[in-house]
Amino acid sequence: MNNLARAVVAVAAGATAAGVAVGIGLAAKSTAPFRERPPRNRWLMVTINCPPERLASPEDLSAPVTRLLDRAEVTVRPAPGDRGTELGLRLREPPPAGPAGLAARLSGDDPRRELRAALRDAKSLVETGEVLRPAEPPTTRPTLLGKPLELAIRRSGKEGRL
Amino acid sequence: MKALCWQGVNKLSVEQVPDPRIENEQDVIVKVLASTTCGSDLHLVGGYVPAMRAGDVIGHEFMGEIAETGPGVRNRKVGDRVVVCSFIGCGRCWYCTHDEWSLCDNSNTNSGLAQMMWGYETGGVFGYSHMMGGFAGSHAEYVRVPFADYGAFPVPDEVDDASAVFASDAVPTGWMGADLGGVRPGDVVAVWGAGGVGQMAARASVLLGAEKVIVIDRIPERLALAGQHTGAETIDYSGTDVGAELRERTGGRGPDVCIEAVGMEAHSPGPQFLYDQVKQQLRLQTDRPTAVRDAIMACRKGGSVFVLGVFGGLVDKFPLGALMNKGLTLRGAQMHGQRYIPMLLDRIARGDLDTRHLVTHEMSLDDAPRGYQMFKDKDDGCVRVVFRPHG
Repeated sequence: MNNLARAVVAVAAGATAAGVAVGIGLAAKSTAPFRERPPRNRWLMVTINCPPERLASPEDLSAPVTRLLDRAEVTVRPAPGDRGTELGLRLREPPPAGPAGLAARLSGDDPRRELRAALRDAKSLVETGEVLRPAEPPTTRPTLLGKPLELAIRRSGKEGRL
Repeated sequence: MKALCWQGVNKLSVEQVPDPRIENEQDVIVKVLASTTCGSDLHLVGGYVPAMRAGDVIGHEFMGEIAETGPGVRNRKVGDRVVVCSFIGCGRCWYCTHDEWSLCDNSNTNSGLAQMMWGYETGGVFGYSHMMGGFAGSHAEYVRVPFADYGAFPVPDEVDDASAVFASDAVPTGWMGADLGGVRPGDVVAVWGAGGVGQMAARASVLLGAEKVIVIDRIPERLALAGQHTGAETIDYSGTDVGAELRERTGGRGPDVCIEAVGMEAHSPGPQFLYDQVKQQLRLQTDRPTAVRDAIMACRKGGSVFVLGVFGGLVDKFPLGALMNKGLTLRGAQMHGQRYIPMLLDRIARGDLDTRHLVTHEMSLDDAPRGYQMFKDKDDGCVRVVFRPHG
């Protein structure tokens, strides 16, 4: 290959690379408006088997919810059909995201934990008048193999997919 | 008090444990008069249900006498002789008010744990792992019963303890399989499993008008009992090709409704069992779904398959193609006992439903570990062992 040919190949390769780069950039730009980012701070929701009037004013909300109102917003709306009333809580400050969020979840410091427990307790109080408690004292004994399960049980009331 | 405790995989022992207390206003304490083994307990005993802790009291199918009531209990009183539904229902959430009691929103104290496993939680169950609430079980002298106004049902005087105890779980479970499986007059129904639940599903199918009911198992004593007490025909799967047998007995159509009452530790002849057993032991699948596969394959086009057996997690080689292409309806549920128990107690009292024959052995609570070994090994024709904690 002579020098001229090498130059043509180099220019062509450069143009191709540039074209690909531009193409990728355009593709990224063209799809960006259609890709929604998941919200960092979702509403956590439960549906309570009661008419919406039962939760119409802040005084109607049970204590597990009202004591969080400095940290969380509240929403109440009718559920479709005969399914009752949807009650939601959302943190006023978004929870930590990314690695910090994962670390908070693993260490048990995620601020949404209190919201989950409050929603579960509020639902049970409105529907049944009480929150079911586990048996005390337990009949179980600690074991090495049981440690992960013990941790999961301790955290269960404040975790889950709520 | 004395109670039967799970201590580890295949380790049971009778221990002294703290007496149960009224923890919530709507609780009662029941003095246990009869509590029975259930096939689903074997999944706990064998370590197939992972959320067990050493010291957990097992047992969920029981009856007894109310010894103490919480201040919020309205319709039950001390001295009432009651059968208690194995699933705990609050009676007021959307699911309970729509008669889907095992899906209760308020009775599982470990709801987050179950949500991570299944998406949403079930209701709580007595003595059936921390995934389902971690409630102490009924193989004990006393047991705490939450939401007692909704889950403890007075037993008619003419029904003895050993007959009534099965109204706690086996009878409503079987009835639900036939009812929600859609059994109608004229149907042919096939039931996999001739244990207590399978026999009750067969009897329920007969009472709901099925023209022919066929029970499939490999244990001769169980097949004999099913034949004598439920009005069903039987097939011993260890000696024949079940699919061919069912086609022959149904004019080639296949059963209209197939009820699976076996669960996650199914047996079968041939290499399929070995395959499933190896995968389950290696934890590459959690459950052995042999009977579910067979039911789906045998079911007629457009028929219905109901899964009553307990499954915990994931299965392999599930015949989704057969399900979809044959237009089947597949349904399953833990049992919505509160929906059926009063009606079933009436039927037992009238003699429509015979449960007494399920009691092949009665023992004191002290003998419970031996009782479970016998139940697991199906020794001495064992179908169910009933424990009598108070003699």
